[in-house]
Amino acid sequence: MSNEIEAIKDPGLPAHVHRKADHDPVAAKRAERQVAILFGISALGTLLLIFSYSFIPDDVFIFIPVMGEQNAHQLGLGLGMAISLFFIGMGAIHWAKTLMPDQEVIAHRHEFRSPDSDRKEFVQAVKDGAGAAGLGRRSLIKRSLGAALGLSALSPILLLRDLGPLPGNELEKTTWKAGTHLVTDPGNRRIKASDLEVGAVAQVLPEIEDPEHRHLSDIAKDAVLLIRLRPDEFNLDADRLAMTHEGIIAFSKICSHMGCAVALYEQQTKHLLCPCHQSTFDVTRAAKVIFGPAARPLPQLDITVDGEGYLVARNPFSEPVGPSFWERDSR
Amino acid sequence: MTAEARLGQVANYVDERTGAAAWMKKNLQKVFPDHWSFLLGEVALYSFIILLLSGTFLTFWFDPSQREVIYEGSYAPLEGIKMSAAYASTLHISFEVRGGLLMRQIHHWAALIFMAAIVAHLMRVFFTGAFRKPREGNWIIGVGLLTLGIVEGFLGYSLPDDLLSGTGIRIAEAIIQAIPVVGSYLAYFAFGGAFPGEAFIPRIYTVHVLLLPGAFLALITAHLMLVWYQKHTQYPGPGRTEKNVVGYPLMPVYMAKAGGFFFIVFGVIAFLSAVASINPIWLYGPYTPGQISAGSQPDWYMGWLDGLVRMAPPLESHYFGYTVSWNILIPGLIVPGILFTGMALYPFIESWITGDKREHHLLDRPRNAPNRTALGAMSITFMIVALINGGNDLIATHFDLSINQIMWGTRFGIFILPPIAFVVTKRLCLSLQRADRELVLHGRETGRLLRLPHGEFVEVHEPISPEKAYLLTSHEQAPALELPEVDGRGVKRAGAIRNKIRSRMSVAHSEAIPKVSADDLKEIEH
Ligand code: HEM
Ligand code: FES
Repeated sequence: MSNEIEAIKDPGLPAHVHRKADHDPVAAKRAERQVAILFGISALGTLLLIFSYSFIPDDVFIFIPVMGEQNAHQLGLGLGMAISLFFIGMGAIHWAKTLMPDQEVIAHRHEFRSPDSDRKEFVQAVKDGAGAAGLGRRSLIKRSLGAALGLSALSPILLLRDLGPLPGNELEKTTWKAGTHLVTDPGNRRIKASDLEVGAVAQVLPEIEDPEHRHLSDIAKDAVLLIRLRPDEFNLDADRLAMTHEGIIAFSKICSHMGCAVALYEQQTKHLLCPCHQSTFDVTRAAKVIFGPAARPLPQLDITVDGEGYLVARNPFSEPVGPSFWERDSR
Repeated sequence: MTAEARLGQVANYVDERTGAAAWMKKNLQKVFPDHWSFLLGEVALYSFIILLLSGTFLTFWFDPSQREVIYEGSYAPLEGIKMSAAYASTLHISFEVRGGLLMRQIHHWAALIFMAAIVAHLMRVFFTGAFRKPREGNWIIGVGLLTLGIVEGFLGYSLPDDLLSGTGIRIAEAIIQAIPVVGSYLAYFAFGGAFPGEAFIPRIYTVHVLLLPGAFLALITAHLMLVWYQKHTQYPGPGRTEKNVVGYPLMPVYMAKAGGFFFIVFGVIAFLSAVASINPIWLYGPYTPGQISAGSQPDWYMGWLDGLVRMAPPLESHYFGYTVSWNILIPGLIVPGILFTGMALYPFIESWITGDKREHHLLDRPRNAPNRTALGAMSITFMIVALINGGNDLIATHFDLSINQIMWGTRFGIFILPPIAFVVTKRLCLSLQRADRELVLHGRETGRLLRLPHGEFVEVHEPISPEKAYLLTSHEQAPALELPEVDGRGVKRAGAIRNKIRSRMSVAHSEAIPKVSADDLKEIEH
């Protein structure tokens, strides 16, 4: 430590240098006026705010260089408020800096530790207290108290039980059933294979009785993306190929990573991209993950057409859609 | 009667009813050291007050409900569209309530600045060693405030129920759902059933406007009471010691400066809100799970988390028919958990390494604690790499890179760059120490050249002031701990591995360029 070698000495606080306003009444008067002017500017800001609030309609636009077209009402309110607040602050600080005493003062600091005698008595009091209660000896009391406290903590947890229903196997189910028609979203119209050109993409939902009242929670599992390729562009095994119809392949639109909508389709590469964390799925290979954090392909929906040529699901999804969860048996 | 006399009467009035004179007298003369870096915590405090004020204003019109409504307000592009009441009321605040948009922008800007100020304040405390005994408790409170701030900001961002915020909620839901064993239950409880349901926004609203603001108030109060009671730390320098505080008295100088500074912070936030649009929710449209807007971005204080999630490898395990999503758990819960726990415990880790259990009120200059400074630089580098990946799509379009390049760059960078930052920073600190030593020994270069009789040129050096020399040499250079592996009788001590780690770290921690002593100076004079 530094006590063996002699350290350079502390020269102490540097001498105080007086400001002009400290001894020159003219300078002090000038400083006072400056502070008053700053407070005055603030008042002007408040006037600007009142004026903008009451007299500038909210559909007037003005051109400001650099910023472009600006809504005059909003800008007037904001700038008025900014000026009114900022210059109160500037005034107060200028006041403190020029006219209030600027001599640093020294206060003393004491160690927080109490004198040893106090500490000894304090520690003894704690020990005596614990001893008097028999904390050390009566282990039956200690253990039963611990158990009771632990158990009582269950009650708030229990009382929170009614926050929601149990999930059951709901996470694994969607509205899609064998024979459910695919309908456009938005529009809610059934579609035929011929409605979709090669290279095109469409978002569809399962047809339901009351489409006006479709729940968001259903869309969160049911949304499906249709993509039409030339049949020879696929690189699928026979099972998967059989799930397509005339080059139309259907995937869950809900990302298998964390459930965002996988909405970006790149025609050239035939990749689907999720904008949330950039997981990229290869459409020609049954939405295999080729990049990003998603660990599973997008589930594929088995589609075909009904007697009239409308697209329908031949089967429900064969696996849960969306992000993973503990009970999901992914095999 | 003069203003002074009137204030004096008030003081009398108060004392006659509380007997607070002695206490007040002492505290009005309380000394506060002055330094720009001590303002960072104040910025955080003032932004919080601004959040309370602007947030309360917003509650007068905001309707925290996911009930479906049809929009009939004045923003034409969304007319007739189905949306939640929360989204519709946020549109109402933005377009029909005069000053409403300004208040929304003030609230959001204040949130960003609140978080930035907390982070900057935390760095100041870290790099100057202000967290050392007796201020460990306040450090932990600070880490708590940072964590709650991230949560509070995320919840606020989620309230308007626009397409961006709904996407954020979806991701939060997926993280909850990924928790082993209880995940799907927790998600169903949080959302009152299947995502998104109609319960979540009303619930987080209560948390956002009541529960967490209450917690903030309690923690901030405790934080400030501790600062008050323990007195502020100060930077080293002539006249400043472990036993004193040098600065300005609370009344009037500090009061005027701090009060004025509140208005300045408020004014700057109002200015930003007047000229810089933030979160224009009407452009995103209402949330629906089947849609998304490209370039989805969280606020900056969540960006690092998003970046970690983006760079995670596609790893998922299946055990006996159950699924564990490592690609979500590691970046979403495990790494942040380790980081924040480590941060909270750092004061205790450092004191374990150095064996230093004394009180410290004089701050360290960061260069004089090279190991700590390097560790800080390393953590910041980690966060920046993560943050860069969180904005990889924006960076890709701006700088003409591919997302793949950035993703792979950061996947390696997150492991390689932080250690490099550590080594470089440590070397840098040591060379700054060496420069300090040179300065004290040989003085300042003046730029004037002197020609010696035999023709050689030398630069004239001017000795530095005694104040400066003291500043550069007043720090303590503690040697590494001596932790013998065997005790006096030659028996290997218990916890040998722990001791070995500790002594290694202690050696690394005490690495320094010897500072100049008075003896060194005397020697030079001869
Ligand atoms: C540390 C504290 C807080 C943070 C970080 C925070 C953050 C946020 C953010 C980022 C938003 C989204 C704003 C937008 O762009 O629309 C928000 C919304 C909101 N906050 Fe806060 N907030 C805080 C405290 C409060 C408090 C104390 C209140 C009320 C007493 C409040 C009330 C609201 C309301 C009503 C909204 C929704 C209205 C809207 O978005 O326009 N907040 N908050
Ligand atoms: S949610 Fe699609 S990549 Fe994360």
